[in-house]
Amino acid sequence: MNTIQFTTIALVASAFLAGCASSVKLDDKPAPVESRTPTTSGGKAAGGSTSPTQVASVDLTKSAASAEIGRVVYFDYDSFVIKDDFRPVVEAQAKVLSTDRTKKLSVEGHTDERGGSEYNLALGQKRAESVTKALKLLGVNDTQVEAVSFGKERPAVQGSDEAAWAKNRRAELNNR
Amino acid sequence: MAFSSHFCANPMRPSIHALLVFLSLSLGLVSASEAQFRVEISGVGATQVPIAIARFRDEDRTTQVLSAIVRSDLERAGVFRGIDTTVLIDETGQPQMSDWRSRGVDALVGGSVTRLADGRFDVRFKLWDVVKGKEMGGQSNAVAPTDLRLAAHHIADFVYEKLTGEKGVFSTRIAYVTRSGSRYALRVADADGEAGQVALNSPEPIISPAWSPNGQELAYVSFEAQKAVVYAQEVASGKRRVIANFRGSNSAPAWSPDGQSLVATLSREGGSQIFVMGRNGENPKRVTSSPSIDTEATFTPDGRTLYFVSDRSGGPQIYRVPVAGGAVERVTFTGDYNISPALSPDGRYMAYISRQSGAFKLYVAELSKGATPQAITDTRDDESPSFAPNGRLIIYATRSGGRDVLMTTTLDGKIKAKLVSTTADVREPMWGPYDR
Repeated sequence: MNTIQFTTIALVASAFLAGCASSVKLDDKPAPVESRTPTTSGGKAAGGSTSPTQVASVDLTKSAASAEIGRVVYFDYDSFVIKDDFRPVVEAQAKVLSTDRTKKLSVEGHTDERGGSEYNLALGQKRAESVTKALKLLGVNDTQVEAVSFGKERPAVQGSDEAAWAKNRRAELNNR
Repeated sequence: MAFSSHFCANPMRPSIHALLVFLSLSLGLVSASEAQFRVEISGVGATQVPIAIARFRDEDRTTQVLSAIVRSDLERAGVFRGIDTTVLIDETGQPQMSDWRSRGVDALVGGSVTRLADGRFDVRFKLWDVVKGKEMGGQSNAVAPTDLRLAAHHIADFVYEKLTGEKGVFSTRIAYVTRSGSRYALRVADADGEAGQVALNSPEPIISPAWSPNGQELAYVSFEAQKAVVYAQEVASGKRRVIANFRGSNSAPAWSPDGQSLVATLSREGGSQIFVMGRNGENPKRVTSSPSIDTEATFTPDGRTLYFVSDRSGGPQIYRVPVAGGAVERVTFTGDYNISPALSPDGRYMAYISRQSGAFKLYVAELSKGATPQAITDTRDDESPSFAPNGRLIIYATRSGGRDVLMTTTLDGKIKAKLVSTTADVREPMWGPYDR
């Protein structure tokens, strides 16, 4: 599938999503891809001349990471809404799955440690289904994705503070 | 019930409550029970029958100190207070009742353990009503060396039933899950948390064990297939079978009272919804139809109604619905997070977990109208309550002293005991039925 075709599907899906009652929210605003202005390097940027002590850092680890498709969508507390920050993850995964119909994903929902194990399992399931629903609206076949949940049983990080909880409220998109 | 009727002027069938009412009038304040072995018992302001368990003749020649097991069983039940004694009395003894009376003892147990030629042990005991100065019966049982703890639990059951008029639960079993590093184990142990044996070892999480009504099988959720699948396993043979492995998650199993069907939460049609199926998972039939989470279903003792958790009103609340289908009725109204309903065997009480100011607390509600639910713990991470088969105790998991622990409590929360003190995390307890 070419880029134009994909974009069209994505836009149609977005429009549909914005209008439906589902809590899945891939809303119509464009994703905030990279809004940072380049750091001063050639003296042409506002601010004038280059400082003699300036060292411009080139981060290869960062560009390598961004070249890979993200596999994790993080959620707010008690929420199933896919935030704007993670829309590119879902869209990129949808593109891969739409391009190769033999590819399959397991979408694993997770919660933080608070509350009962069974209710958290159902909450994780709801997060996973929120992601599979978004993928399907972007053209992925139903047979390519399965939503499952680990509830609070498999935290990404240990800890009982908001920092740990935020990293554990997630859906992981894993190849099958 | 000669012993009980001694305390109760009322000729009605004696009950624990009648005993306690009388005792609270006659004994005044009672000191906290001493902890025995690894069982830590705490209780404030409770009143209990003072009972002495004498040393059994030759019990020190076996691997189990029977008198100590009997004592801690009875103390955990909340209606007895063990009186320290180093005296040895066997079942043929003629204890001086006036001596015991002067020590404030109301009931006395003595016994013996004799090794038989075939390697088994003959366990004998006798119970005396010290106040009336008469025998209340005894028994003799030949048991294998591995069943000595069970023999002690049976003695505690006998004493409990003679003195309260209700069946004891000390010879029943519990199931729970431990986690140590990345190893998970489903374990079966005596009701006092001791003598645990592994039913299932797994590198993946295990949750929600559920005893079959005959105590021969455990249903549970295992993530060994990288998703939640419901299995059932014969406890004695270890033979397993898959109950529910549909697309999506399969979880929260519970047996019908007749053991012929199971209820579970399946997401195969999208969303977590409640299904009833045959005991092998056949013919799953959807019970709830909501766009919300419906889970943690449990049968009422008559098998006709399901209590379950749903977030259809926003946060999770407890509801009930006829198994055959029909109108859904909301049960909990206080608090914005109520989960994990467990029903007492007589259907009168519901134990559940409620979040209050960020703390998850064990609550007990009398289901008849108008009763206000009561929080019965002072811990903040209570989980997974289930009733003992006589309905007098609840087992649950919580955190105490920085560790995951299992606790038992009386329904009024007055007597609590900490079980299974290991370094592993211990969770998901479920009290088994009368079965041995």
